[in-house]
Amino acid sequence: MRGVAQLRVGDMNTDSLGFIFISATVINNFVLAYFLGICPFLGVSAKIDTAMRMGIAVTFVMLVSSMAAFGIHIVLVAIDALYLQLIAYIVVIATTVQLVEMIIKKYSPALFRTLGIFLPLITTNCAILGVALWQTSRQYDFLQSVVFAIGAGLGFCLALIIMAGLREELELSDVPGIVDGAALTLIVAGILSTAFMGFGGLGG
Amino acid sequence: MSPNDLTMDDFLKGLWDENPVFVHLLGMCPVLAVSNTVINALSMGLATLFVLILSSALISMLRRIIPKQVRIAAFILIIATFVTVAEYVIQAISLEIHRGLGAFISLIVVNCMILGQAESFASKNNVVTSVLAATGAGVGFIFAIFCMGAVREVLGSGTFAGIDLFGPHYQPWVIMILPGGGFFVLGALLLVTNRINGWLVARKEVLEQEVAGSSATPGR
Amino acid sequence: MNESQNAIALEGTSPRVAAVMISVLAGIAAFCGLLIVLTFEATLPTIKKNQAEYLRQSIFEVLPNAHTVRKFQRSDAPSQGLESTRESGPILVPLVGEESGDELMVYATYDPSGELVGVALEASGQGYQDVIKVLYGYQPSSQQIVGMKVLASKETPGLGDKIELDPTFRRNFLQLDAKLDDTGQVLANEIVTVKAGAKKNGWEIDGITGATISSKAIGRILNASAADRLPVIARNLSRLEAEK
Repeated sequence: MRGVAQLRVGDMNTDSLGFIFISATVINNFVLAYFLGICPFLGVSAKIDTAMRMGIAVTFVMLVSSMAAFGIHIVLVAIDALYLQLIAYIVVIATTVQLVEMIIKKYSPALFRTLGIFLPLITTNCAILGVALWQTSRQYDFLQSVVFAIGAGLGFCLALIIMAGLREELELSDVPGIVDGAALTLIVAGILSTAFMGFGGLGG
Repeated sequence: MSPNDLTMDDFLKGLWDENPVFVHLLGMCPVLAVSNTVINALSMGLATLFVLILSSALISMLRRIIPKQVRIAAFILIIATFVTVAEYVIQAISLEIHRGLGAFISLIVVNCMILGQAESFASKNNVVTSVLAATGAGVGFIFAIFCMGAVREVLGSGTFAGIDLFGPHYQPWVIMILPGGGFFVLGALLLVTNRINGWLVARKEVLEQEVAGSSATPGR
Repeated sequence: MNESQNAIALEGTSPRVAAVMISVLAGIAAFCGLLIVLTFEATLPTIKKNQAEYLRQSIFEVLPNAHTVRKFQRSDAPSQGLESTRESGPILVPLVGEESGDELMVYATYDPSGELVGVALEASGQGYQDVIKVLYGYQPSSQQIVGMKVLASKETPGLGDKIELDPTFRRNFLQLDAKLDDTGQVLANEIVTVKAGAKKNGWEIDGITGATISSKAIGRILNASAADRLPVIARNLSRLEAEK
């Protein structure tokens, strides 16, 4: 237990790094429990290969924008302008995506060609804004934020890759015409999401 | 066709033919995440409608000024502004609703439906048409999220907008309010839409054949 | 914000075009900023009022006999007098002016005659899904927790949210033992959640079947907060009672 006469300063988050990581990756998986990043989840999960690339790109952008958001939050608190938080975050994310795109284009044209179309899409991936907003509202410190961003990114990868694997198998099976497409993907996602609920106890 | 018909058409197509959720699969995140009760679903729908109409109007007004290269950045700025406005207004109206929606109000910014509407419609059409189309799409969105909320709340809690429907002996399907249930219900609703659209197409074909068969009938 | 504009503008455009773009974006940004600030200023009083009202209602829910509320905060001033030597820890003083947010806040409540009814404290901790935030009422005269309300939680609807709704579970907190031991520094018995129906002692909480993790979390949160803050309350009791 905590020291006796020592007072906890407010509600500063005291979660351990390991817990934050596990929580963001599996317990509160961004796609399957929080429904963030559903658009790419449905759109780019047809092949394992593309799913993996998309996942890596998202994780990377998440990490960079999470660090940037941490800095911005400090600035906004300092100048007492928290009402600009949302607009500042979204601009940072758009910028990060743009920068990542330019850097990849310059240094690795091959990667750019394979990743190219996904990058602009990442701007409207709610999972990234979600990471920035949640790390702020949970008052994570810098290290916690970084771990949270990586965990959320890997969780996103995991969900995307599992889904892609399932869909590759489904391609080969005979599915009634009416369920084919988005409806089937959603129902599979529902089963996955229910399965992921089993991780809940890890936090207790 | 008079311009009036045209604008009404822009409004109506958002409701069903081009329903953002059921047909274009846009804006799925909020539809899944905040549809566990009818009240949450409706508040989310209204907030989205508010942002959609205002941002479409402003973008349409500014469409000749915004340079093409920076349009996305400008759109996002404008959308984020209205979302922030909506967030404060909701907080002022009711803390209860704000608690229910949580971070998902802020996440309206990244609702692809709004950016899609801005990019594909508002930036190319005049203000009146854009607002009408935005209202259509927004109402279509409310319709979709309301269906989700109604199904999930009735099955999952046995209530509708907080009103008890089945009495104390009803054993709710808890799965329906869990995340998994969200996916299931949306999948099922998509099935229903597919089916209805299948019927509509079939009926239209029959009608067209009839019209072709009786082309001698006086025109409208 | 300029960074993003530059980033986009850089791609093969003349400086003049870039200047136009930047000025347009800056114009839009300025307009947007203005709009946000105006809304913020316009809605702030109502939002503050709503929040204060919600907290007030919650305080009266956990301490039903309360009539008036006074906020106390840890003193910023260097400790003075006999009572606040180094061992005895922080002293509480009535709050003046704005809440600083992340300090220890104690809501002391009084009955119409000015007697101290109890204190309400906020506590939070990790639940099954996300952080659970609770408010609980503590009655110094009986050394018991006499009420608990979940202020914010994202526990699974239908299962974990029973911690907010389940009447049997809520009855646990009408008389929950939170005595300090003889030293006045630690709880005599740690508050724990036990299996549903297994409650034997005053400091145990009957858990909820089907919401084990969430109900255990409540026990943990209360125990941590009580162990942390009740000694401070006990030492400052005379100060809390003196304020009428």
